[in-house]
Amino acid sequence: MVFAAIVAVQIEDLLSSVIAVGAVGLGLSLAFLILKAPDLAITQLVVEILCLIILIRATINKDLPVIRDGRWFFNTTSTLLFIAIFLMFAYFALRELPHFGQPIMRVAQEYINQGKELTGATNIVAAIILDFRGYDTLGEATILFTAVMGVLAIIRRVGRINEE
Amino acid sequence: MSEYILCFALFSIGLYAVLRKRNIIKIIIGLGIIEYAVNLFFVLIGYRTHGRAPILAKDQSILNMVDPIPQALVLTSIVIGLAVTALIVAIAIRIYEKYGTFDITKIRRLKG
Amino acid sequence: MKNEAGMTLIVKTITRLTVGLILLYGIYIVLHGHISPGGGFAGGVIIALSFIHLMLAFGREMALKKLSQAAASILESLGALMFLTVALLGFLGGYFFLNFFLHKGSPFALFSAGIIPLCNIAISLKVGAGLFAIFAALVLFRGIGEKE
Repeated sequence: MVFAAIVAVQIEDLLSSVIAVGAVGLGLSLAFLILKAPDLAITQLVVEILCLIILIRATINKDLPVIRDGRWFFNTTSTLLFIAIFLMFAYFALRELPHFGQPIMRVAQEYINQGKELTGATNIVAAIILDFRGYDTLGEATILFTAVMGVLAIIRRVGRINEE
Repeated sequence: MSEYILCFALFSIGLYAVLRKRNIIKIIIGLGIIEYAVNLFFVLIGYRTHGRAPILAKDQSILNMVDPIPQALVLTSIVIGLAVTALIVAIAIRIYEKYGTFDITKIRRLKG
Repeated sequence: MKNEAGMTLIVKTITRLTVGLILLYGIYIVLHGHISPGGGFAGGVIIALSFIHLMLAFGREMALKKLSQAAASILESLGALMFLTVALLGFLGGYFFLNFFLHKGSPFALFSAGIIPLCNIAISLKVGAGLFAIFAALVLFRGIGEKE
């Protein structure tokens, strides 16, 4: 997965980099299956396909040559320094987490024990996102609605400009 | 500790693409890779060793399950990531219509 | 150009056979959201993918005859309003999102688990129609060079 990500970022041809992003997404879906999350694997797979279609639609025949400007050395070293500082802080933060493989499931244990009696559903993840924590699903539906309105508002002005 | 290295490697690659590249499509690809890394990190936190998937079966009672709450959060996060990517691609198409290029150093002026 | 709109004949024949199956699979995943993995989001995206498959293989006009843009907007708003109505009806029970009017039923049956199947159907309508509207708007552009 890391190799495909490096290929996606560095390669010059736009179509090849989009296909490499597709490879990263499919590897992620396999990782979700290994980590015992079947809902997420299905959702990630179909969302990845749709994201690939939209990206290919945007880059179908638009290439451009990228030249290297001056100050390349300074830019690259400052970026790498920033990433190194970020990783150092992340290491200090990661030491506070519980050990890998033993999560503290204080709230989740209640949901698992009483999920079947309280809601009657046998898919615990679906019961959580629709019954125990329905507010989050309402917020997510609002975000989707706003994104659709935003895309339609951005695209729709082209008809008016083309008529002038 | 060493299991989170993959997440941070992906995140660093995506962050490098967002900060350094000049093509808008490369920036969009970098944002997508950052989002994959964050989703993987969330699911990795909730993993229990020798756990089972959080779906009840008909004939046996399952005692140890993986944590279902991070999976519920990541489920909405995946669809939100798709909506954000679609919005950014629409903006990139409009920029190409107006300026004729994808290079971000040539579209610095906020011109009407 | 040999073909007037859309892709070659092989793609069109295969599309006629598989589009109905994809739609049926999406509806199956939505309806069984409380028994097996899946749920409203994945099923909604699969339903949108079936219409997008139709649009990619046959060209834009034919897919818009099946589901026009006005109909997609109405379906999406209907899905959002249905979800909100089911949520607000819980106010009569005294709390947000409480289900008091659909009993739980026996587990592993299709008509069980209270309001969860209704919420799944509402969310799948909203996600499917919204994503199809986004894609139909993005293909609208002229002058970029359509798919040949």
